[in-house]
Amino acid sequence: MSAHHAAHKVDIEELKKSVRTYIAVFVTLLVLTGLTVGVAYFNLPIALAVVVALLIAIVKGSLVALFFMHLVHEVKVIYWTLALCVVFFIFLIFVPLATESNQSGIVARSPSLVLGAGEHGHQEGQAGEH
Amino acid sequence: MSGHHDHGHGHGVPKPGGSGLGSPDAHHHPELGFWRKWVFSVDHKVIGCQYTVTALCFLFFGFCLMLLMRWQLAYPNQPIPIIGGLLPASMANAGVMLSDFYNSLGAMHGTIMVFLGVVPLAVGGFGNYVMPLQIGAPDMAFPRLNMASYWVYFCGGVVMLASFFMPGGAASSGWTSYAPLSVTATMGQTWWLVGMIFLITSSLLGSVNFIVTIIQLRVKGLTFFRLPFFVWAQFVTAFLLLLAFPPLEAAGVLQLMDRVAGTSFFMPSGLVISEVPLQNAGGGNPLLWQHLFWFLAHPEVYVLILPAFGIVAEIIAANTRKPLWGYKSLVYAVVFLGFMSFIVWAHHMFMTGMGTKMSNFFQTTTMIISIPSVVVLTCLILSLWGASIRFNVPMLFALAFLPMFAIGGLTGLPLGLTTSDVQLHDTYYVIAHFHYVVAPGTIFALFAGVYYWFPKVTGRALNETWGKVHFWLSLVFINGVFLPMFVQGMYGGHRRGYDPMVYDAYQQMPALMGMVKGISWSAWMLGVAQIPFIVNFIYTLAKGRKTAENPWQATTLEWAAPTPPPHGNFATAPTVYRGPYEYGVPGLANDYQPQHLA
Amino acid sequence: MSAEAIPYTVEPHPDTGVPNPKLGMWLFLASEVMLFGALFSSYILLRVGAEKWPHHTETGLNVPLATINTAVLILSSVTVVMAWYSLKIGDIAKGKLYILATILCAFGFLVIKYFEYSAKFEHYVLFQADGTEVHGHVTDRTSEFITFQPDAHGAAGSPPAAMQLPVADVESGAIKFTNLGPWFSNFYAVYFTLTGLHGLHVVGGIVVFVYLLLTANSWWAKHPEQFTNRIECTGLYWHFVDLVWIFLFPSLYLL
Repeated sequence: MSAHHAAHKVDIEELKKSVRTYIAVFVTLLVLTGLTVGVAYFNLPIALAVVVALLIAIVKGSLVALFFMHLVHEVKVIYWTLALCVVFFIFLIFVPLATESNQSGIVARSPSLVLGAGEHGHQEGQAGEH
Repeated sequence: MSGHHDHGHGHGVPKPGGSGLGSPDAHHHPELGFWRKWVFSVDHKVIGCQYTVTALCFLFFGFCLMLLMRWQLAYPNQPIPIIGGLLPASMANAGVMLSDFYNSLGAMHGTIMVFLGVVPLAVGGFGNYVMPLQIGAPDMAFPRLNMASYWVYFCGGVVMLASFFMPGGAASSGWTSYAPLSVTATMGQTWWLVGMIFLITSSLLGSVNFIVTIIQLRVKGLTFFRLPFFVWAQFVTAFLLLLAFPPLEAAGVLQLMDRVAGTSFFMPSGLVISEVPLQNAGGGNPLLWQHLFWFLAHPEVYVLILPAFGIVAEIIAANTRKPLWGYKSLVYAVVFLGFMSFIVWAHHMFMTGMGTKMSNFFQTTTMIISIPSVVVLTCLILSLWGASIRFNVPMLFALAFLPMFAIGGLTGLPLGLTTSDVQLHDTYYVIAHFHYVVAPGTIFALFAGVYYWFPKVTGRALNETWGKVHFWLSLVFINGVFLPMFVQGMYGGHRRGYDPMVYDAYQQMPALMGMVKGISWSAWMLGVAQIPFIVNFIYTLAKGRKTAENPWQATTLEWAAPTPPPHGNFATAPTVYRGPYEYGVPGLANDYQPQHLA
Repeated sequence: MSAEAIPYTVEPHPDTGVPNPKLGMWLFLASEVMLFGALFSSYILLRVGAEKWPHHTETGLNVPLATINTAVLILSSVTVVMAWYSLKIGDIAKGKLYILATILCAFGFLVIKYFEYSAKFEHYVLFQADGTEVHGHVTDRTSEFITFQPDAHGAAGSPPAAMQLPVADVESGAIKFTNLGPWFSNFYAVYFTLTGLHGLHVVGGIVVFVYLLLTANSWWAKHPEQFTNRIECTGLYWHFVDLVWIFLFPSLYLL
């Protein structure tokens, strides 16, 4: 059991250092939260606003994942699981949108049975299977 | 990073058993009461049997729903014999089935067979019972989670069955529950959604358990490429369940919100029903439901087939007395299949108006995904070459699986090609295609599994003669049901139609209606053909012939455990010295070498 | 504890390097990523396809309150990782304090959410015949009439007079009068559903943390390493809940 304890003691020094990391990440997250709220007040064009907000969110999320969830020193099996998940996640986010888009880009109108609406390549009232 | 270890700490290896068949640590805990032992058991074998029995009951019930539908199709608007008069006014009018009831039967037949029958049997039943034994584990990684999975499934089943008694009857918008029909349907649909949430939760808990068990609890020497193919199949299946089900859970919540909270996630603007405009906000997209539904439902069909591949592979190996041909190809094929299954889903939506870019994308991925299926089938067929085939009942079902699945798979190709799908979409051709893979496909494999592992679970063997009767009758009649449906579909026979005679094709071609009648009679005879199986099953449980411990002389680890395996499975954890299919090794006295013998 | 000893329940597997519960939790989180992914995908598709969608300054959502909520959740992530750290170095007292802090932060989050939601449910909109919307509150309700007090609109002077709306007309749909629930528009549908499901996940986390706190002493006495691992695993779930909010907050409130 003493070898176990020795290993344990070494860990404690490492752990104490990680507390400083946690505090640093916490402060950074608060700053980034303020930043993302502040940027919103500039009322950027929507495409740019989305990119900026997403980038900030990804940085914040990565900090939580890497340091709070200890992903920065996790094992391979977990990395592989998450990698697989990320691939399917990306498909799930982008493919339905791509499928419902028309020829000229990512403008996709929800089907409408209101007469006069329904330009952009969708047949009026024909959406969905019969 | 050493693969072999010797943990001195008491946690890892189960202690050597006490007396004979006693559990390895019987001295640890007092004997469990009836409820903890047989009802709320955490033992994977008890849970596996619970899943099996419950799922077989649901399969039978779902089958009966279809038998009822077949009357209306063969003899439209004629009173149902015997039980017609017993049906309440909500279901039948003077013995003649109401169209809404027909739709409920259709929707519930699909739902029950897929979610309450086949998957719980294939994964919850066979996977739970056999997989931990095949990897030498004492149980699943999370036994209590396993128990929770079963009971959540059971609750989901109760909710689904209860929906039949709701005002307006059970769900009747297809097993696919497309919006906006499903959103505006009667209360049964809400119960369907609640039931699905239970079933999806059960699945998620189970899949976590399976993956962790397979990764973490393999015994010493059992590397990934020494795993029986059945375990690989369950492993990939678990990943499909884990990652594909949540979008349907999300969609279910969204549809519940649409139905109960008046939201418009799937409801387009300007919808008018029976001349009354809907009061909701509109702006929703019915196709969103289809995307979320099929994102699950396509991987779901591979969930239906993969365990069947696994079962058939085990039985073929044991009954050909030679190793499976192309074990590594089989493994890579199913892993690739699992991955591809996530990116083909919109081939169910070719007719929804997507542009050619996306439909070409999905057509391409669908064509690609047919390759690993062909690889699997080829390996299994080549495994028969030069083999000493033992034509016992499990092997008969396993052999029949091969051409039946081939028909199912090949007939999927015209559906996966956008051009031919225009003609075939929503016809009986589709019904024939998917039933071939699931009914004479998976269900035959499941029967094979029952006959194969029954001796391990009970120590008794099902009667061979009655098994052969069951097999031959089922094979003939199941083809009688589904083969003509291809023709019916190609002549334009719509699916989900309550009365064939409203369509010109049936009015003008008596042969077509004759075909419909023939299909119905085959279905009813198929039902009769299950009687020998049911009687065999029950009789053998009570009074069947006792068998040897390893009656098939198979090599995999489950046959090394006592029969039936006690709590904890193995007195001492076995060590694995070789691959799973060492049959017919030249130069040995025996024609097989079990994995665990040094 | 279950009857037979399942290997690697506490100690890590020599090949994978993780114990069973940790692997299990990460797998569960992968499935949760797919769940929220589906919800985000729905949001994106509905918003891109919508004829009109409110600008983030006109949604009526309370951004300052939600910003505070974001900070509260981030704080709770810190407290839970500090709880694990305390247990790792053997300090059960600090560990329990940090678990309690996490629970309190989580409750705080839900309380703020309650204020946000109730403000929406108390806010009514009357759609007039000319297409304009009149926003206000309900001050009285009888079986015959609903007393609707429109909010003052910018211009100086006394607030507009209260309106008596016949209940029968409102219920039949002759008068379009509704509060800002999920049924109001797809924006609100998405807002309530996504934050609601997220909130349910918060509740789930609270339930588990409360159970762990109440049983902490007996767990620590008998199985300290396993208890520490349980806090770590629950912490992983909790960080994920925080992570989802990190994406939800800008998506719903700021874009």
